[in-house]
Amino acid sequence: MKVTLKIWRQKGPNEKGGFKTYQHDHVSPDMSFLEMLDVLNTNLIKKGEEPVHFDHDCREGICGMCSLYINGHPHGPLQTTTCQLHMRSFKDGETITIEPWRARAFPIIKDLVVDRTAFDRIQQAGGYISVNTGGVPDANEIPIPKKVADEAFDAATCIGCGACVAACKNASAMLFVSAKVSQFALLPQGKPERKERVQKMVAQMDAEGFGACTNTKACEAECPKGISVTNIARLNREYYSASISSYEWQVGGGGE
Amino acid sequence: MTWFTKFVSSSLGRKLLMALTGIFLVLFLAVHLAGNLQLLKNDNGHAFNVYAEFMSTNTIIQLVSKGNFAFILLHVFIALFLTIKNRQARGGERYAVTSSKSSIWASRNMGILGTLILIFLVVHLKDFWAQMHYGGVATVNYDGKEVRDLAALVGEWFDKGWYVGLYVFCMGALAFHLWHGFESAFQTLGLNHLKYNAVISFVGRAFAIVVPVLFALIPIAMYFDLKL
Repeated sequence: MKVTLKIWRQKGPNEKGGFKTYQHDHVSPDMSFLEMLDVLNTNLIKKGEEPVHFDHDCREGICGMCSLYINGHPHGPLQTTTCQLHMRSFKDGETITIEPWRARAFPIIKDLVVDRTAFDRIQQAGGYISVNTGGVPDANEIPIPKKVADEAFDAATCIGCGACVAACKNASAMLFVSAKVSQFALLPQGKPERKERVQKMVAQMDAEGFGACTNTKACEAECPKGISVTNIARLNREYYSASISSYEWQVGGGGE
Repeated sequence: MTWFTKFVSSSLGRKLLMALTGIFLVLFLAVHLAGNLQLLKNDNGHAFNVYAEFMSTNTIIQLVSKGNFAFILLHVFIALFLTIKNRQARGGERYAVTSSKSSIWASRNMGILGTLILIFLVVHLKDFWAQMHYGGVATVNYDGKEVRDLAALVGEWFDKGWYVGLYVFCMGALAFHLWHGFESAFQTLGLNHLKYNAVISFVGRAFAIVVPVLFALIPIAMYFDLKL
């Protein structure tokens, strides 16, 4: 099949970018979207041109590294990651527009590569639990109802790709943050830092410059892992109750 | 109190204020509609005038009304603030291609719908509320009691076809605003549970249709002189 690609090219973070059109005549419907770009890049390199930079890693749909805003959808027309998207999802002769994630908190590094370390900083702010060292605890020592464990696992399937931010008209990261808060808030292991966690993660989310949620639910529709907006309602509950009932924590040592 | 200022200045705190003020305004709409429906009674506006007189003189109602104005302003200002913040969050460059498949139209255009409602509200307050409180509304005598004849003033306005048209159009905007806003407020409050989601969604959508339609039917009925 043949496709026309309109790809966002940008030399660096502070350079002005723009669309460049490429004619791609050697596309197989069995190719993954990223393989199609690999072939394009091989041709560009052969011609002595700068290849298109894009993020990818496992190509198995589990790492969250690939991105790309394809024809108005993060990860393209299917609810999968871009690496799991195949060219059979497109028509022969179609024009495909490829853009980077657009959010102030995800600055462009080059072409289609954006800096998603804002997510890492949100995780570092509170997305962890405390575990004692020592002997290996028994796996089922703490009873957890199956339904609750399932819900926590559903939230934990978030791969942090940022499609929610890309899909949201407000570039809000609330689906991501809500999944990361929920996976611990639901489980007894997450209890010790429960209140502190949600307050710190929301504060970091706001500091990174992500927008606020207006419940359009576009994130849920586009999330390759099907994370539900139920988690955002839980994030809201967790945040309100934590703000009202938590002790006011202060940074710095105590005692002296 | 630092926790409180931190709370209300966070994105989630502001969303909570939007939801709470929104729900109060939903309740206000229901009360307002109940009052307005009395205009359809075939009693020369007697019931409506007595009701309007009570609403504009009762101390408790006046207090609630002050709160109502404050909540409207709060709802508008937080919306404005959040919208500016949200637009900044997208960054300088916007998407060249966007799809509207993943969300409903009303949810993406609450700001435009809200602005239409605000413009309507200003016109509405100027023509009725301000006349009742500061203007000269002619009075009628009910059993020796002088009561301002608001029904007659309303009737005058609703004899104008363009005014009825504007009213009906703005009720359309209100319907779309409620279609998303009602359900959205509950989601923001964190009230999302499989047991109740369907009920909240149904009540929200029914409210979004029934209330604006009934509001719009009153000027239409008065224009065509239809009475119950």
